[in-house]
Amino acid sequence: MIIAILSISLLATLFGLLLGVAAQRFKVEGDPIVDQIDALLPQTQCGQCTFPGCRPYAEAMAAGEADINQCPPGGEATILALADLLGVDPKPLNEEHGEHSDVKEVAVVIEEYCIGCTLCIQACPVDAILGAAKQMHTIIESECTGCELCVDPCPVSCIEMVPLKQRIEEWRWPYPEQPAIQTRTVTT
Amino acid sequence: MALAIPGTTGNPDTNCYDMSQSIQLHTFHGGLKLDGHKAISTSHPIKTAELPATLLLPVQQHIGQPADVIVKPGEQVFKGQKLTRASDYISAPIHAPTSGIISAVEERLVPHPSGLKALCIEIQTDGKDKWGEKVSYPDFRNTDIVTLRNHIRESGIVGLGGAAFPTSVKLNPGRSIDTLILNGAECEPYITCDDMLMREHAADIVEGMAIMQFMLSAEQCIIGIEDNKPEAIAAMRAAVKESELAAEVVAIPTIYPTGGEKQLIKILTNQEVPGDSLPADIGIVCQNVGTAKAVYDAVIHGQPLIDRVITVTGEGIAQPQNFLALIGTSMAELVAQAGGYKPGVKRLIMGGSMMGFALATDEIPIIKASNCILALTEVEQPPAQPCIRCGKCEQVCPALLLPQQLFWYAQAKDFDKIQDYHLFDCIECGCCAEVCPSHIPLVQYYRFAKTEIWNQEREKVKSDIARERHIFHEERLERLKKEKAERLAKKKAALKNRPKVGDAEAKKSEIEAALARVKAKKEKQTTTQKNIER
Repeated sequence: MIIAILSISLLATLFGLLLGVAAQRFKVEGDPIVDQIDALLPQTQCGQCTFPGCRPYAEAMAAGEADINQCPPGGEATILALADLLGVDPKPLNEEHGEHSDVKEVAVVIEEYCIGCTLCIQACPVDAILGAAKQMHTIIESECTGCELCVDPCPVSCIEMVPLKQRIEEWRWPYPEQPAIQTRTVTT
Repeated sequence: MALAIPGTTGNPDTNCYDMSQSIQLHTFHGGLKLDGHKAISTSHPIKTAELPATLLLPVQQHIGQPADVIVKPGEQVFKGQKLTRASDYISAPIHAPTSGIISAVEERLVPHPSGLKALCIEIQTDGKDKWGEKVSYPDFRNTDIVTLRNHIRESGIVGLGGAAFPTSVKLNPGRSIDTLILNGAECEPYITCDDMLMREHAADIVEGMAIMQFMLSAEQCIIGIEDNKPEAIAAMRAAVKESELAAEVVAIPTIYPTGGEKQLIKILTNQEVPGDSLPADIGIVCQNVGTAKAVYDAVIHGQPLIDRVITVTGEGIAQPQNFLALIGTSMAELVAQAGGYKPGVKRLIMGGSMMGFALATDEIPIIKASNCILALTEVEQPPAQPCIRCGKCEQVCPALLLPQQLFWYAQAKDFDKIQDYHLFDCIECGCCAEVCPSHIPLVQYYRFAKTEIWNQEREKVKSDIARERHIFHEERLERLKKEKAERLAKKKAALKNRPKVGDAEAKKSEIEAALARVKAKKEKQTTTQKNIER
């Protein structure tokens, strides 16, 4: 009897210690699911999902407070990837948040109208606008995510969204036409 | 059009299998016996195309990094002069195919399935065909291998079988090579440029192979030719006999796609190239016969890759034949020299009927990778029906894939799953689509999925950069806020430590300090003003 109790409690202590050590040793910093969701989002930081950036949206999704179809820049591909990751059914993009466009756009400053107010610089979430007070501003095209956040703050409306030119190396084969599903006539 | 006989070996009646053939042949999975349509373009010898008035040379004609343009409009160029400089290890320059004046460096339509424009160099030819500087190494056996490889690289030689991968890279495998294979299979219907090249320039091809053999120190040399080209086999055998090279010409059964690099290697050596590696990883280098000729021209005669043999054929061409044409010659011009179009042409294709792509116009130049211009009169593709899971596609797939699964996931845009089924091992040969009883354009689905996945990878890189910049942006805002708070706190503290009223000495020193500050500021202002006046 005593041997049994002793051996069981010894085992319990042993495994308890083992678990404790393992918990310390393999401790996961942060919430891995948020990181995984964040990795799938396009990082435009546009806020169209109603959250202030991609990571807050990822956090809300992980907490079950946001749906997977609120990201217009990501479009169908992002929704499919999120559905796959979270194990839910894919659904069409919620049009309330905006429409998905396959053509990528970037912001361009019309330089002759720029008054150098720095408002757009403050609005840019990825610091892709170069300039200083009373100096002309310009947008670094390769870093612009096309979030449009700089367009509204401009007091002289000198920022325009222009579609990026399609480069031949980045051209994609179109989706083939769906096989025609023919209605079968049943002869009796 | 096609009759599916999976795993069929060649026609035993053909007399190409002579007794001297010591290599044991093997088979690859699947494949098709197709109607070759080759005889229509082999009745004429290779004709040298007329020198066109203008040549249009796309800057990017190879797989790899783009090259930098080193000429300007208005500049006089000579035949063989370099027009671009390779920007990276996997890159290739282009050369002026004849002498003339550069008339434009701008975006033009190029042969590409997208129908988009790309940077091109246009040359107004002067008809003199005057050579510039020529570098050659006729005594290649006494030349340094690195010099030879660099010469091949500078000569802009790329694989002429269709992939246009820089040859110099393939000739630098980084390990010992046991077998050098020359690919003369030319399995795709309609195309006969390699066949005609072997018939007419066998000795040059064998010499080119000897150069590559010397560079790679390959122990074994095999030339694989499909048995539907008996003239080419005979010519190549005669050339090998004349040369010092111990190569063996092997007649292989005519099954599409034996000309695929991995398929040819399997047939000749029974070795399979793993999906994620190159033939060089298992000690094999495979080169096209046209590439061997180009290597010969460059090393022995100092001629960079400025022309190639191209088949102009199909039911829609009046006199189908092969041309030796300068790179950059307009397709329309070549078609005109082949007697023009016959009435009822429905489709123009660059490449063969299986792997080629449709062109919207013939006002585009031929490039290094152009092996065939095909004009078809009948293209009736019945509408696609749903997949009935018959499994015929699996039986013919030479890459041992499951085409219907790939189709399924491509259709559903499930790009993770489709890679689990090894989408990137697909060589886009089109066998599956050819036998599909539902006429599903399977290869189009695979191409769609591949380019979509590449695009996602590019987007991923971009979004990772954007994330980093956003995090940095947030950190910067946070830091500025903190710095401001610290500054305010410091000021507050300074106010607190202010000397009390009545301490006359301290007050005096404070007033003096303030005066000094104002003075310094005034002085500074005047100097700046002076600077402005000046």
